[in-house]
Amino acid sequence: MSFEVMLRQLTVGFGQTFLIFILTLVFSLPLGMIVYFGRVSRFRPLSWLVKIYISIMRGTPLMLQLLVWYFGPYYLWGMSIGGYKLTAILLGCSLNYAAYFAEIYRSGIESIPKGQYEAAALLGYSRGQTFFKIVLPQVVKIVLPSVTNEVITLVKDTSLVYSLSYVEMFAVAKQIAAAKTTVLPFFIAGVYYYIFNYAVAWIMERFEKKLDYYR
Amino acid sequence: MKLLEMNHIKKNFDGVPVIKDISLSVKEGEILAIIGPSGSGKSTLLRCATMLETISGGEILYLGKRAAWMENGKPEFPKKEERKEIQSCFGLVFQNFNLFPHFSVLKNVTDAPVKVQKRNKDEVYQEAKILLGKMGLADKADAYPYQLSGGQQQRVSIARALAMKPKMLFFDEPTSALDPELTGEILKVIKGLAAEHMTMVIVTHEMNFAKNVADKIIFMDKGVIAEEGTPEEVFSSDNVRMKEFLGKLSEE
Repeated sequence: MSFEVMLRQLTVGFGQTFLIFILTLVFSLPLGMIVYFGRVSRFRPLSWLVKIYISIMRGTPLMLQLLVWYFGPYYLWGMSIGGYKLTAILLGCSLNYAAYFAEIYRSGIESIPKGQYEAAALLGYSRGQTFFKIVLPQVVKIVLPSVTNEVITLVKDTSLVYSLSYVEMFAVAKQIAAAKTTVLPFFIAGVYYYIFNYAVAWIMERFEKKLDYYR
Repeated sequence: MKLLEMNHIKKNFDGVPVIKDISLSVKEGEILAIIGPSGSGKSTLLRCATMLETISGGEILYLGKRAAWMENGKPEFPKKEERKEIQSCFGLVFQNFNLFPHFSVLKNVTDAPVKVQKRNKDEVYQEAKILLGKMGLADKADAYPYQLSGGQQQRVSIARALAMKPKMLFFDEPTSALDPELTGEILKVIKGLAAEHMTMVIVTHEMNFAKNVADKIIFMDKGVIAEEGTPEEVFSSDNVRMKEFLGKLSEE
C-alpha cells in the first residue's frame, strides 16, 4: 500500500473523527448548562439525581459507557442495534462530557462574587437579566481555560469509539497497521491528532484574547 | 415627609440576634449617619433597609408603603411590581464598589436605566455623561473598572446609583476600602450631594465627616441604638459606650 493511499484512507477516517468531535461539542456544551441547573436546583430529588449522574459519568471509563450505550439496548430489550452506532456514540460522548462541563460551569458560576448579584439586585435587574448579562459573560472568561482542556481531551477521546468498531481515523490506522504490519499509520494519525489539537488550542486562545479587555 | 421608616426591626442570623428592635426614620432631604464599632449591626441594618437581607421582625416602609413586614412569624414582601417600584426609591453604594468588570464605565452607569427602567437611550447616555463629568470622570467613560483607582471606581458606583434617579442613597462604609487620600475624594462627592439636598443614609467610620455632614447621627452598639440625635448631642453625650468608642478613636 502506497503512502498516498494510506493517507487518503486516514483522511477519510479523520472526517468521522471530526464529525464525532464537533457533534459531541454541539450537544454537550449547552447540555452541560442544563445539567448545572439541575445540579443546583432547589428541588432536592432533582439535584440528587443529577449528582448521581455526574458521579457515574466521571467515575466510570468512557469506553465502558460507550459499550453500555451501544450494546445495552440489545442485551436488555433485544432491540435491533443496526444503524444505531453513531447515535450511541454521540449519546455516550455528549452525556459524559456534559457532566464535566456542568462541573466546570459550576466552578465558574460559584466564583462570581456575591456582590455582583447584590449590585444587580439593587439596580433592579431581574434574575434572568442578572444571569445572562452580568454573571454569564464573566463566567465564560473564567471557565475558558478549563473548557479548552476538556475540548482537547475530547479530540483524543474520539479514538475510544474504535471499541464499537466505528470506522474513524484511529480504527483505520489500527486496521492498516495490522494488515500491512507497519507502524506508519499510527504516526500519521498521531500527526493528525496533534495538528488538530494545535488548531483547537489556537482558536481557544483567540477567544481568551478577545476577553482580555477586562479583568 | 418620611421617606424611610424602620419600625422595631429585628434580625437574627441562625438564632443569634444581630439587630435587636431598632426603629428609625429618614425624612426627605435628611442625612443620617450611622456610626458604631464593627459588629454592632450597622451594615446588617443597611442590608435590611435595602432588602438584601430579610428581616426577622418589625416592618420597613418607603413613602408609607410597606417594603417588608412579618406575617405569622415569616418575613413578607410586596408583589413583584410593587417591590420594583419600592426598590427604585433607593440606591446603594457598596464598600467594595461591586462594579461590573466586563462593562465600561459608561455602560456600568447606563445599562440599568436603559434595560431595567426602559428609559430613552440617548437621554440616559446624555445624563450619564453629565453625571460622570460631575464625578470628575468625564475622560474615563470608555475605561474599564480595573483601569481605575479605588476612588475612581467608587465614584463610578455613586454615578451608577444616581443614574437610576433614586429618592435616597445608602452608603455602606463607602471609604473603608480606600486610603486617606482617596477617602477625601469620596467624602467630597458625598458633601456635594448633601449640598444638593440628596437624602442619604451613611454608615461610616469617618467621625469628623459624620459630624460635619449629617443632620442626625445614630450610634449603634451590640445591635441596638445606644445614642441618637444631632451631631452635637451625640458627640457630647455622656453615654459610656459612646465615650469609649470615640476615646479609642482619638487615641489612634
